[in-house]
Amino acid sequence: MTISDYTRAPSVGTEQPELAARLQKIWETAPGIGGWLSTVDHKEIGLRYIVTAFAFLILGGVEALVFRLQLSWSDRHLLNPEQYDQLFTMHGMTMIFLYAGPVLSGFSNYLWPLLLGARDMALPRLNALSYWIYLFAGIFLYAAFAIGFGPNDGWFNYVPLAARAYNGGPNIDFYALGMILLGISTTVGAVNFVVTFMRMRAPGMSINRVPILIWGTLTASMANIFAIPAVSLAFFLLWMDRNVGTHFFDTAGGGGSAMLWQHLFWMFGHPWVYAIVLPAMGMVSDGLPVFCRRPLVGYSAVALATVATMVLGFGVWVHHMFATGLPNISLSFFSAASIIIAVPSAVGVFAWLATIWTGRPVFTTPFLFFASFILLFTIGGVSGFMTGSVPVDWQLTDTYFVVAHIHYVLIGINVFPVAGAIYFWFPKFTGRMLDERLGRWNFWTMFVGFNLGFFPMHISGLLGMPRRVYTYAEGMGWDWLNLITTLGSFVFAAGVLMLIWNVLKSVRSGAIAGDNPWDAPTLEWATSSPPPPYNFVVIPTVQSRHPLWEDRLASRPDEARSHPHAGLVLEHGREAIGTDPLDAQPDIILKMPGDSYAPLVFAIAVTAIFIGLLLLAWWLVALAAVVTAATTVGWLWPERNLGETREPARD
Amino acid sequence: MTDRIALEGTLPVGAIDTRASGWWAMIFVVCTEAALFGYLLFSYFYLAVQPHAPGTFPEGGTPSLALALPNTIILLTSSVAVGWAQFNIQRDDSLRLIIGLAVAVALGVVFLIVQYFEWAQKPFTLSSTAYSSLYFVITGFHMMHVVVGVGVLATVLVWSALGYFNRVRYAPIHIGALYWHFVDAVWLAVFFTLYITPLLGLRA
Ligand code: HEM
Ligand SMILES: [Cu+2]
Repeated sequence: MTISDYTRAPSVGTEQPELAARLQKIWETAPGIGGWLSTVDHKEIGLRYIVTAFAFLILGGVEALVFRLQLSWSDRHLLNPEQYDQLFTMHGMTMIFLYAGPVLSGFSNYLWPLLLGARDMALPRLNALSYWIYLFAGIFLYAAFAIGFGPNDGWFNYVPLAARAYNGGPNIDFYALGMILLGISTTVGAVNFVVTFMRMRAPGMSINRVPILIWGTLTASMANIFAIPAVSLAFFLLWMDRNVGTHFFDTAGGGGSAMLWQHLFWMFGHPWVYAIVLPAMGMVSDGLPVFCRRPLVGYSAVALATVATMVLGFGVWVHHMFATGLPNISLSFFSAASIIIAVPSAVGVFAWLATIWTGRPVFTTPFLFFASFILLFTIGGVSGFMTGSVPVDWQLTDTYFVVAHIHYVLIGINVFPVAGAIYFWFPKFTGRMLDERLGRWNFWTMFVGFNLGFFPMHISGLLGMPRRVYTYAEGMGWDWLNLITTLGSFVFAAGVLMLIWNVLKSVRSGAIAGDNPWDAPTLEWATSSPPPPYNFVVIPTVQSRHPLWEDRLASRPDEARSHPHAGLVLEHGREAIGTDPLDAQPDIILKMPGDSYAPLVFAIAVTAIFIGLLLLAWWLVALAAVVTAATTVGWLWPERNLGETREPARD
Repeated sequence: MTDRIALEGTLPVGAIDTRASGWWAMIFVVCTEAALFGYLLFSYFYLAVQPHAPGTFPEGGTPSLALALPNTIILLTSSVAVGWAQFNIQRDDSLRLIIGLAVAVALGVVFLIVQYFEWAQKPFTLSSTAYSSLYFVITGFHMMHVVVGVGVLATVLVWSALGYFNRVRYAPIHIGALYWHFVDAVWLAVFFTLYITPLLGLRA
């Protein structure tokens, strides 16, 4: 056999109906439940991620509303302290881990291959796996709550409170194991994003031509690859301390240290808070300019600021530990680092402002969400900057001021951009527009409700109201502020319901969108809405950051143009083009795997391992581990049609 | 950046050398695993510098090199064997490929057996002190990785024996080998931390 049996010169062509029909056969998922369980289509997986994350947003939101009722006035007894503890812990954990991260993974999963001009993610089966494990980890964590043993020490779960001696039930074991399981999902997803970035960009899409969302998710994924092991390890060591008598965090003379928990947790925790905002900032950086009718101001600065934020983000974790009695030298260092991180954030803010200022803004619902994000981010940034200063933090830590800060950054930088992104990309997802009139109501209700509910928390914090208290005595002067907060929370929640209502309504009856309803510049708008299973009939070639705006942006008539509708024809089975990491020149024809049950089986088996660990049922652990290993071998068994064995693939 | 995009010309098809997606995936798997060991060793050093009663860190005095040093050499040799196997498949020599992988699997198993004796002769258990917990958990994590690595090599060995690979198609071998080299490299960090730093004075 000669080398030429392993090579081919792919043909170049334009979009043809017969070609599209052939690709449809090759790429489409089988109908019925079998196809549903085995699909590896990134668009399907992306939508599942988004829907599941919204289900968790609703659960977490209802939990918050319940304890907001409890806090609406002094000395109320709707909840007892234990119920309160579980509710606020479930709320924090749900929002941070089961909503904020996964919802962005959902958007990125759906959008990445379309933005990159690719047929799929680099590792489609791994993609399916990351979704299934996320779902099972979410169910695992909620199972604890459902049987009355939800985690109850706050989402950052400090020892010694979380040690067996002070928390005897299974609550923390559920939390620990669920988080490790979820960590597998996040890691697998992160690896997939990074490899997709390196290998799957359309020919010509060099790294200075990718949309900012790509930069956001890429940096978040790199961060996850290095940060997730810290929290998974911390939870594993805690589980060992609680169940097999190790002494890692033991403060009762075993030689362990409670501070070790805090270090490991926050070495992960701080990078993670950036991981759940950078992709959202990326969505704004790509979406906002469309409604300003001009390219983003300072593309390179924003891309570099994204990376810089993440790199610095690994060096600031101790700002969560200012009140733990660390040496002054360490406090000074971490305080300075935390304050410096404001610089790249400011770069983003000025770039977005300049884009609006120098553009011709069109005030649509997505624009309102994206633009209001800048304001909310600035408020959240300022309160973060304040708590980055040690003496201020000593005054404010563990008060409602911090709760206000958390929500301005998380709701401001995650929920508002996500809502904007839904209005912006819903036409691509479904082929229909969301209702614009309802959209205005939706936006203003959320915006007013949010600020009404959460701004007063700054003041109750300054007045000394501690966070994580189930009630407070009358006469502290906090009653009215809390009542306003509770009212605002309900208004905000009503706004979120309007969003959901709009989605449910428009999916059936929204106006037909067409390929590019917003006249946007990037490749996802070059294909139909919703896109076909293979995304692009021919692989686009790219010569600029704005393939669909080149005619109006070109400074010279002879400038090289992108070709969204002409390029490589890859129709010998499921194929995609692999390009080199920097310049995106084609260097291989990749054979893409088809639908498979292996990810689902693997996810079930891995979850069974964690159920075994929870029950200390070693036979189940061993059995499930064997099934996991066998599934892995089966999954990876070299396939002729994927070009993994010595025989050439059959067409 | 270039304006010209080379669409003409022949391209390899399928999973070829370091252009296979799986190879890239393994690089980042190795990164995350390396970070995991980084945090484990951070935990060791963090607890090591806390106050301890004399003679309890390391528990039972400075660990002996009698088994650990030869075992380190065994593990490194297995990496050489894997490297030799990789070299040979690129020359289309399947027999040497199989021999190389088989030797590496055998050495990996020997490493595990020696580790078992190393564990058995320790005068402490997992739950004795913070040191003992660290010792068993760090070496245990590493052993888990060796077990997985031996599994990976054995699987690749079976595929090689089935004649799946030749000098063009060998990506699974390179991917498995990358993992194994990582498992060996990380052992050096573990060995240095647990066995050498107490000799250099990091002890109570
Ligand atoms: C209706 C919407 C929401 C309301 C009314 C709300 C309310 C609250 C309140 C009052 C607390 C403080 C609990 C206490 O300290 O006793 C809290 C904590 C928290 N919230 Fe929210 N929240 C909402 C949405 C969100 C969202 C969308 C996120 C994240 C994306 C989020 C993340 C957190 C976190 C991380 C904590 C800290 C939990 C802890 O102390 O362990 N919240 N929330
Ligand atoms: Cu932080």
